[in-house]
Amino acid sequence: MSLLVAENLGIAFGGVKAVDGVSFCAEAGQVLSIIGPNGAGKTTLFNLVSGVYKAREGRIVLNGRDVTGLPPHRLAALGLSRSFQNLQVFTRMTARENVMVGRHLRERRSVIADLLRLPSSERQNRATRAAADDLLRFVRLDGAADTPAGALPYGALKRLEIARALASEPKVLLLDEPAAGCNAVETEEIDRLIREVADQGVAVVLVEHDMKLVMKISDRILVLDRGRPLAEGPPQEVRRNPAVIEAYLGPGHAREAAHA
Amino acid sequence: MRSFSSSRLATLLILAAAIAALPLIFPSGYYFRVAALVWISALAAIGLNVLMGQAGQVSLGHAGFFGIGAYAVAIGPTHLGIPPWASLLLGAVLAGGLAYLVGRPVLRLRGHYLAIATLGLGVLVSIVLTNESRWTGGPDGMPVPRLILFGWRVSGAETWYWVTGGALLVGTWIALNLTDTPTGRALRALHDSEVAARVAGVDVARYKLAAFVIAAVYASLAGSLLALMNGFITPDQAGFLHSVEFVTMVVVGGLGSVAGAIVGAVVLVTLPQLLTAFQDYQHLMLGLLIMLFMIFLREGIVPSLRALWRLRAAGAAA
Amino acid sequence: MPEFLQFLFSGLTVGAVYAMVALGFTLIYNASDVVNFAQGEFVMIGGMVTAFLGYAGVPLPLAALLAIAVAIVVGLLLHALAIEPARGASAVTLIIITIGASIFLRGAAQVIFDKQAHKIPAFSGDAPITFMGAAILPQSLWVLGGAVVTFVAIFLFMDRTLLGKAVLATASNRLAAQLVGINTRTVMALSFGASAAIGALAGILITPITLTSYDAGILLALKGFAAAMLGGMGNPLGAVLGGILLGLFEQFSAGYVSSSYKDAVAFITILLVLFVMPSGLLGRRAVERV
Repeated sequence: MSLLVAENLGIAFGGVKAVDGVSFCAEAGQVLSIIGPNGAGKTTLFNLVSGVYKAREGRIVLNGRDVTGLPPHRLAALGLSRSFQNLQVFTRMTARENVMVGRHLRERRSVIADLLRLPSSERQNRATRAAADDLLRFVRLDGAADTPAGALPYGALKRLEIARALASEPKVLLLDEPAAGCNAVETEEIDRLIREVADQGVAVVLVEHDMKLVMKISDRILVLDRGRPLAEGPPQEVRRNPAVIEAYLGPGHAREAAHA
Repeated sequence: MRSFSSSRLATLLILAAAIAALPLIFPSGYYFRVAALVWISALAAIGLNVLMGQAGQVSLGHAGFFGIGAYAVAIGPTHLGIPPWASLLLGAVLAGGLAYLVGRPVLRLRGHYLAIATLGLGVLVSIVLTNESRWTGGPDGMPVPRLILFGWRVSGAETWYWVTGGALLVGTWIALNLTDTPTGRALRALHDSEVAARVAGVDVARYKLAAFVIAAVYASLAGSLLALMNGFITPDQAGFLHSVEFVTMVVVGGLGSVAGAIVGAVVLVTLPQLLTAFQDYQHLMLGLLIMLFMIFLREGIVPSLRALWRLRAAGAAA
Repeated sequence: MPEFLQFLFSGLTVGAVYAMVALGFTLIYNASDVVNFAQGEFVMIGGMVTAFLGYAGVPLPLAALLAIAVAIVVGLLLHALAIEPARGASAVTLIIITIGASIFLRGAAQVIFDKQAHKIPAFSGDAPITFMGAAILPQSLWVLGGAVVTFVAIFLFMDRTLLGKAVLATASNRLAAQLVGINTRTVMALSFGASAAIGALAGILITPITLTSYDAGILLALKGFAAAMLGGMGNPLGAVLGGILLGLFEQFSAGYVSSSYKDAVAFITILLVLFVMPSGLLGRRAVERV
């Protein structure tokens, strides 16, 4: 059974269909990449699936349960997590605290215990901190744990978002352009991270522009164009698909690109 | 993280030392009274800082909750035969309950819509307090019976100085506790990025509501203390201008800093006392000072001082 | 029926004043994102300056013009000395600055004038006109007429003049407006001046009916803010609509229910409306981009 199933999702803004009739399945331990030219609706699709936007059409099934229309925090509690294309870090908190927020769902939470600083609250803090430190090590940010996130370089923030997203121990992880703006070394690092996460049995859904990374890492690829699905299949198949090449490079480039 | 808890302890120790030492230099009872006023306002400002500084939600109606606490200890004993200490707790429950009831729809609003909704809420409380004169004495206010605890009649400026100072210490301790806990982190997270907090599983509506209720209870307790100390209460205490004073305390001191809220209360309570010498020019000067503070120290006093301190330290190290 | 007409007219009169205050809020907000809590003080200045010049023997029309000029100067100074230096500060900081300005102006009025209530003679006498059984003050007609002329002038200005289009462009996207060469600083100064003038005019028109005093501005500012938010912040048409609606609600509830809770009506209305429509009546719902 697929961990995440999206069926016929659709949403329109001001009469323009940003996403229209898109379906996909994400399987445990696999990487599904969603690609497409700018404005294809990739990020909008993520916003729909993660509950940031409410879908006008279609259905989302997470781990066998219909979750259409649930708010993000409920989806998170059911095992869905994501990162953001344009970085949504908690800039005034340290790197460690950012990841600690990611542990929120795994924490025993009581406002009263926190106000009175009961021993249970202290214990919880220690456990959360240890888990956050493990994740920071995993994304190689352990050296920056006490740095305010607002002072970290871009590449580090990308990894910090991944660490925070992983902190809730999700079953499904949506990554929105994790390698955008990263140099070759950082991209390699993110490549490794994604593979390791998938190997742990997480269903990874990836939006990414770096084709080298996408081709290397994906088990399946879904291509979107102007909000509609254009093609779907394993990387080898998709890269030879003439419709895909045309959407990306314009007509006439199909042959040229096939050799690339 | 360790540096955080040590700065927490430092704030608490400095405050305790200040409360203990100030009476040594006070020449008269008047100073005890002003200082007690500072502690009371600081208590309300600390609570508001949980809402504004940590959760990032503005409230322009905080004095409404202050007024509920104040009138609870006036109406409870006078009209309902409830002892003052129980009225104080009842006021806190009422204020917290009102915050809980209206909090959900109000805190769905953002930015200026949130500002007008909280403002409206505060103004409504003060209008009710002004109009229901059978219960509240109307615009002229009403007397408040003395607080009696275990047969001890709490009165006198010096006694109230210690009572309010103690209350402020406890309030500060609780507010400082919150910062580095799951709740505190959730609040600070939703302040920085609401959508990221939601995706991380934070029930944003619930945590905003918690911060609103905490702030309301702080304000109510502070209001009760003021009413009990003064022995008299007027609806002005619940009015819009008083709400503005609380917000200004939090912002002048430094949004998000517990120490800042206390410093802001010191400034906003002592300034008018100093300005009474100018009589008719008092409002003019107060308005001018508020503007100057906000234009030239917009990060607030405590964060500005901290930055200066760090700059100095860096200069010394180099 | 005469009762209904009576309330309708007084509601429209009060509503016209709220609408003018709300329109002033909106003009400044659109140009600068500042919610100007000193808006009510412009109304106070309009009434007080006219009244005191009148006591000094200045003819009413001249006194009114001078009062508007004073308000404009105060508005421009507020922008240049308090808002411009705080550019880039957070919304809350800016709100506190304008509240500080409001306290300052009130304090100044208290020193320059006094703490008494003051009156301007009604423009066309105090003899009520009877209309279908309802008694209408001629001054009410002046208020309504003045408000209509103001609204039409502002909307024509926005719609027909280049400067007006610059104001609209600044309101919808400040950075883009700068990029096409609009001097947004001038637009901001203009909006402060215009808001002050509108506020002062409202004050001059209504003072013969309601009197004015140094502290008359605060409640007007709060209700004007509520009116602007009721219509949907940033929408001039919404501001006018919100103001008129609040005035009508207030007078009808004062007439038919109880006048002691008259001042509460505006705030109950705004709370109820926002609970159902979090962006006001005509406000746009923003889509969150992440």
